[in-house]
Amino acid sequence: MTQYESVIGFEVHVELNTQTKIFCGCSTRFGAPPNTQVCPICLGMPGTLPVVNRQAIEHTIRTAIALNCTIPEHSNFDRKNYYYPDLPKSYQVSQNYAITGLAGWLDIEVAGETKRVRINNVHLEEDAGKLVHSNIPGDESSLVDLNRAGTPLIEIVSEPDMGTADDAVAYMNTLKNILEYIDVSDCNMHEGRLRFELNISVREVGTEKLGTKVEIKNLNSMKTVLKCLDHETRRQSELLNAGGRVLQETRLWDEAAAMTRAMRSKEVAHDYRYFPDPDLVDIHIPAEWREEVRASLPELQEAKRRRFVEQYALPEYDAKQLTNSQGVAKYFESAVAAGGAPKAVSNWMMTEVLRELNEREMTASEFPLKPAGLAELVGLIDSGKINSKTAKHVFARTLETGAAPTQIVEQEGLVQIDDSSEVEKWVDETLAENADAVAKIQAGQTKAMQALVGQVMKKSRGKANPRMVNEILAKKLG
Amino acid sequence: MTSPRIDEEMVRHVATLARLELSDDEVEGFRTDLDMILTHSSQLDELDTTDVPPTSHSLPLSNVFREDVITPSLTPEDALSNAPEQEDGYFKVPAVIQEGGGA
Ligand SMILES: [Zn+2]
Repeated sequence: MTQYESVIGFEVHVELNTQTKIFCGCSTRFGAPPNTQVCPICLGMPGTLPVVNRQAIEHTIRTAIALNCTIPEHSNFDRKNYYYPDLPKSYQVSQNYAITGLAGWLDIEVAGETKRVRINNVHLEEDAGKLVHSNIPGDESSLVDLNRAGTPLIEIVSEPDMGTADDAVAYMNTLKNILEYIDVSDCNMHEGRLRFELNISVREVGTEKLGTKVEIKNLNSMKTVLKCLDHETRRQSELLNAGGRVLQETRLWDEAAAMTRAMRSKEVAHDYRYFPDPDLVDIHIPAEWREEVRASLPELQEAKRRRFVEQYALPEYDAKQLTNSQGVAKYFESAVAAGGAPKAVSNWMMTEVLRELNEREMTASEFPLKPAGLAELVGLIDSGKINSKTAKHVFARTLETGAAPTQIVEQEGLVQIDDSSEVEKWVDETLAENADAVAKIQAGQTKAMQALVGQVMKKSRGKANPRMVNEILAKKLG
Repeated sequence: MTSPRIDEEMVRHVATLARLELSDDEVEGFRTDLDMILTHSSQLDELDTTDVPPTSHSLPLSNVFREDVITPSLTPEDALSNAPEQEDGYFKVPAVIQEGGGA
């Protein structure tokens, strides 16, 4: 059996965070009732004329610069013709012949080594609408919402320079990080603001020649991308080993079946008949405009990391973790600005907050506990009002209920007990119930001490001041 | 005159892409018409354009932009007023089997 390895490229679609659509003044807000953010232009009514949103062009330039692309002085829009009910004009305005960003690159870090992924191009286009199924039982019709139609969309096309799942993860995360940093998109994957499409081919391990490429759509999360990568590599390898041939085609990821399946070829007669859109005039980007945009790019991760070390006296490791995403960095700075001690806030973020964000596949700005809430929680520990064990419980409760940390501490009576006579009572009871452990400690087996501390804490329902428990126990047994 | 630029198969292919149903007579009619149009416009091929940069637009204009400011959209009633069928504020269309268009 021949061993095959995968060769991976990405096509990434990014919805820009402009207020309005690319060619009309309709809002791009997510979640509005269907067809309430549409007008004659984005509905594709005859006789209307599109006018380009300057911000969309500027965001495309920002992205192209951040991805080290060259930006030709002249670019323009082309029509990509295909028939689909979510596309009112039966063509999508895109860029094919004179593209805004060309031949860039993105460095990713995999297992401590830097790897360069070449970017073929960055181009600007319009998003399509959305299709849903009819709610009427037995009715097979589809329903069309055109609120999203005309939302500015950037497509970033990489070369097939990646080979492993680790490469793919690093690419997706690094790209998302940059897009957030340069503030062109909120990259919310749940809302489809950031969408990944894979190109996968396989080749014999140790050879250079590329195999036939398969494109895969309908990947809704980074986890799905990895599942798909694994599945598709196996599918192609098995096919070749069985004497078959990989077809150049577009496949859809079927989440329920956890596999890819071919789109029926009749539906995807890929014959887009691109031609320059006569309704839209040329985009001229002189060097001055390009340099102006370059100068306006924000502090990127490297610079922010150095600043965090200096300004907040954080260890290098913390600074790196907190600046991986600009959203997380912003969350941290807001929590500190709200009065949280930097190192304490950092500790909570690197453990609890990042873990929760990861599990929920959420951005920091969507996190139910706001930065001021975390500052409040850290303050409660600093002032000795609750101990760190109780704080974890409060953290979990505030995520469940949305109530502020102080509120939960009051409602659940969680205030730490610093009254030494009360703590002493729990210690005495514990000692009386654990004669064995006491004997062991007195015989020099100090390890048994931790078990006793645990018993006392349990008796206090977690509220005793742990330092006080340790002190009183040590005194009584010393 | 040279051999036809448009054959029957091409007419049928373009008709499929445009979701048009053509009778055999219509196919032949369009084949002849389209062929004549292309033959006519092919006279432009006689010009030497070696040193002429490609033109994407006939007007000497560039950078016609609008600012990123929200303007009123249509009411949903107006937006849907030409729709042959609708349901709950959506345009209603025949069932679509495959997800994912070209975007
Ligand atoms: Zn509109």
